[in-house]
Amino acid sequence: MAATHRIAGQGRLTPAKTLRFTFDGQQMSGIAGDTLASALLANGIHLVGRSFKYHRPRGILSAGAEEPNALVGIERDATRKTPNVRATVQELYDGLNATSQNRWPSLSFDVGAVNNLLSPMFSAGFYYKTFMWPKTAWKNVYEPKIRAAAGLGVAPDQPDSDHYSARYAHCDVLVLGGGAAGIAAALAAAETGACVILADEQAEFGGALRFETGATVDGTDGWSWAQASVAKLAAMDNVRLLARTTAFGYYAQNLIGLAERVTDHLANPDRDLPRERLWQVRARRVVLATGAIERHMVFADNDRPGVMLASAARTYLNHYGVAVGKNIGVYTANDSAYAAAIDLKKAGVDIAAIVDLRDNPAGDLVEEARALGIEINHGRAVIRTGGRLRVSSMTIQPKNGGGERTIPVDALLMSAGWTPSVHLFSQSRGKVAFDEETRRFLPGTYAQDCVSVGACNGTDGLSASVEEAYAAGAKAAKDAGAKAARGTKPKVEASESWSRGMLGAGPGAGPETTVKAFIDFQNDVTAKDIRQAVREGMHSIEHVKRFTTNGMATDQGKTSNMHGLAIAAETLDKPIPQVGLTTFRAPYTPVTFGAIVNHGRGALFDPTRRTAMHGWAEAHGAVFEDVGQWKRAWYFPKAGEDMHAAVNRECVTVRKTAGLFDASTLGKIEVVGPDAAKFMELLYTNPWQKLEPGRCRYGIMLREDGFIYDDGVVGRLAEDRFHVTTTTGGAARVMNHMEDYLQTEFPHLNVWLTSISEQWAVIAVQGPNSRKIIEPLVEGIDLSDAAMPHMSVREGKICGVPTRLFRMSFTGERGFEVNVPADYGQAVWEALWAEGQKHDACAYGTETMHVLRAEKGYIIVGQDTDGTVTCNDAGLDWAVGKKKTDFVGIRGMTRPDLVAKGRKQLVGLKTRDPNVVLEEGAQIVADPKQPIPMKMIGHVTSSYWSDNCGRSIALALVAGGRDLMGQTLYVPMPDRVIEVEVSGTVFFDEKGERLNG
Amino acid sequence: MLLIRCPYCEEERPELEFRNAGEAHVVRSADIAAESDEDFEKFFFIRANPKGITFERWRHVHGCARFFNAVRDTVSDKFFMTYKAGEPKPDLAKIMKSVPAAAPAASDDATEDKPKKPAARRAAAKKGDA
Repeated sequence: MAATHRIAGQGRLTPAKTLRFTFDGQQMSGIAGDTLASALLANGIHLVGRSFKYHRPRGILSAGAEEPNALVGIERDATRKTPNVRATVQELYDGLNATSQNRWPSLSFDVGAVNNLLSPMFSAGFYYKTFMWPKTAWKNVYEPKIRAAAGLGVAPDQPDSDHYSARYAHCDVLVLGGGAAGIAAALAAAETGACVILADEQAEFGGALRFETGATVDGTDGWSWAQASVAKLAAMDNVRLLARTTAFGYYAQNLIGLAERVTDHLANPDRDLPRERLWQVRARRVVLATGAIERHMVFADNDRPGVMLASAARTYLNHYGVAVGKNIGVYTANDSAYAAAIDLKKAGVDIAAIVDLRDNPAGDLVEEARALGIEINHGRAVIRTGGRLRVSSMTIQPKNGGGERTIPVDALLMSAGWTPSVHLFSQSRGKVAFDEETRRFLPGTYAQDCVSVGACNGTDGLSASVEEAYAAGAKAAKDAGAKAARGTKPKVEASESWSRGMLGAGPGAGPETTVKAFIDFQNDVTAKDIRQAVREGMHSIEHVKRFTTNGMATDQGKTSNMHGLAIAAETLDKPIPQVGLTTFRAPYTPVTFGAIVNHGRGALFDPTRRTAMHGWAEAHGAVFEDVGQWKRAWYFPKAGEDMHAAVNRECVTVRKTAGLFDASTLGKIEVVGPDAAKFMELLYTNPWQKLEPGRCRYGIMLREDGFIYDDGVVGRLAEDRFHVTTTTGGAARVMNHMEDYLQTEFPHLNVWLTSISEQWAVIAVQGPNSRKIIEPLVEGIDLSDAAMPHMSVREGKICGVPTRLFRMSFTGERGFEVNVPADYGQAVWEALWAEGQKHDACAYGTETMHVLRAEKGYIIVGQDTDGTVTCNDAGLDWAVGKKKTDFVGIRGMTRPDLVAKGRKQLVGLKTRDPNVVLEEGAQIVADPKQPIPMKMIGHVTSSYWSDNCGRSIALALVAGGRDLMGQTLYVPMPDRVIEVEVSGTVFFDEKGERLNG
Repeated sequence: MLLIRCPYCEEERPELEFRNAGEAHVVRSADIAAESDEDFEKFFFIRANPKGITFERWRHVHGCARFFNAVRDTVSDKFFMTYKAGEPKPDLAKIMKSVPAAAPAASDDATEDKPKKPAARRAAAKKGDA
């Protein structure tokens, strides 16, 4: 296709640099510097998408980030597809591949357009009321169908192969928006030597100077001045310029989120480059120079392709050299559209007519248009448009009614005035104020150290904007601590000025009509929808917004919010400020998940913790399980073994001879100091004062509410030194809990707490042969039962390295836990393994550890307890020091509910059929024949097959469980009811003889 | 992300380094075992949860690891001051005087006709009465 609408001699692009691209498979060409939108328009294409709800043909409305219609999918390859890209923002590159969205089978023939005919069904709030019956149809029929028919682009179906990076930055003055005001502010701030960052969402700085041909600054045209000023800023060491960078969020204490698009404009980006860079900038002062956004006119069928904002048409002409039509109509309620008509007319494009809602428009622009011979119809309105896939005519009428006249056009430009972009100001928690005279919301009360300048501050005209911005930039730098400097203020010699417009629906789209006069193009919200919402009781703008979805699309109502508000206010017969403005929220424009997630995905999503012996376990075929961030060896299958077989073998081997287990992940805390024992007394239920150095005790920690918080074996190494172990998952929070009490409740105690979890690797050697295995390697410790009984701890050496050797057991067998400095963990493990081989010992994993401890009825905090279990519930009353007058939880555990009868207690369960293994979490009932819903009296907390017992075993929390010993209870499952007998919690070696066996 | 001044490190650090630890100045009884059910309920379960000025505990968990106290406006998220654990509860009236900017921030509901009474002052009055 030829670029039929490119006008030679117009615009700033270099025609020689042509780029090829495809749209819906059709080959086209554009010029370097084009956006996808300008390239499509150069090829005479306006129809680029179908609307969200009604599937109406839609064209390009704008030339910037506010675009609601022209959303396309961009595909580089199967792993780099981006839906919902605004064609007005996407820069063209050679080979760009774009497809239209929300249409089937094609853009020009879309089956979904039947929704347009069914539109009475889809009016405001239809979601909430049309499809209420029958109930099940909502889930199965209506919602899937509506969701499939409505919508935007298709989400990518493969992981994104691009990568994203993040930067943090600090600066004195952050200027957001690189139009004339932003540049002036940045110049003023930079001249003081302050550290300045200037960011703009477009590829080039200049903002509205892109289209304002009437601007002259420092003796040159506005655009050239902007480029020269930016070059000057770029040469300064204290200035960072960020183009293609959107300030999407304004957070607390002047923290601004910026998304920099690094490669989206490149044909063949270096894969080492991040696609986007997320900036988090903390600025001493922020200057908001975010400009203003033109509003469309609200009239019937104002959404046809070819109907667009006047400033957009002007941008396409003056910057890209593209005429958006050959015979163009203009419909306006303010002056700025005249400038568009004048520029187009001068470029040789026919202007069919200007239709001005105002009765007596006057001024230089009006005179100039008239002098150029453009027909001006004042006091008139466009009441509808004609055409199907492209506007073909506009029908005009005196604004108070009268004869209609239809004028053929191939494009229609609109301007209802300009809405200051107060988004970031509002996000900063500043309060906007309604200016009655100009009927717009402007920055009112500031909440942070920022200032608004130029159009976003309601300052009209280039001259006044630059003046204000320059002063504000200098002041911001000074407030940030910079010295005053004598700069050279830009001199504006010629200036364009905004003028007032209108809000709400125009003639022909009033309350008495049923026409589709669109307010929100992206969500297909019409003036009628807003009125209906008010009629149906939505009197707050927040309710109107949610009921109609006005302003809730990806464009966040940049062109629609003020119209919607005005119509709601009119319908309510209230002034606009009383109806209120909806809250602006981040992000200003959509931000990719990639930029937000950034490096934090895949292996970098969360740290992986590996023990010192991880490599050995890996080499010996361990299957690992995730326990928090830890990788723990789960079981060690031999050739041909499944998990069940491996665990059975490991369990039997440990009890028959011995096994080695990596217990390094247990939390370990050293409690040291003259008051260490006093501190332990306060943090644990047990008595500690009389525990002799060299002995261990099983400790229970409660929360203040009296429930079990953590447990573990504690060894007293010396009078003033305890080696405390915690559960693997509880390590960090137990440390926090201890620090909290030590620092804030018991600061009088002279104690230090040190986390030593990472410093000590722990090898559990368990089983009847455990002593034989460690004996040859240990130096300086008498391992005899007399010298080192069960529950004792010694310091000495193993394999020549220091060890804290615990004699303790989580299996019920004679056992040791060998603590060695983590660096020696694997070497000591290998030495123990070599010794173990002589006794046919095995390595075992966490599954076997769980089974063996369950055979002995040892609880696991967090599995057999759930934060609502007391010591008494768990059968651990013996661990509570009866004579103690204070410890954390002492009062909580005597609360009425915690001592009441009928609490759930930990018991054992034996299935009647010993081969049946219960499901953990299964519910327990007393009578399986009772009607549903049954009264559930407890649940299974742990359940395993035990080869050592020759049957299944389970632990459960059952209401009043200890009074039900020997009784039969039932576990109803989907396919059957399992009979169980309540038993004690110890299934193996009830007398505990094997601890010394 | 908020900046929080750690009174031990004596500098502002990003919020990521800190963890909130609930209401401050909740005193655990020295003879807690003898406490009545009502008193224990007040101590353990009941929290002020004010809209406005709150006294709360923070821990510089990824820094010096110390617990400290802070005065913050729950509406604007503004920190008025931080101070070391164990120091007396600051006088709210003095804080309000020294920080005239203790004005309420924008709320989500912008539809009210009348300007809202500053939440901070409302909370202040309540504390003063108590």
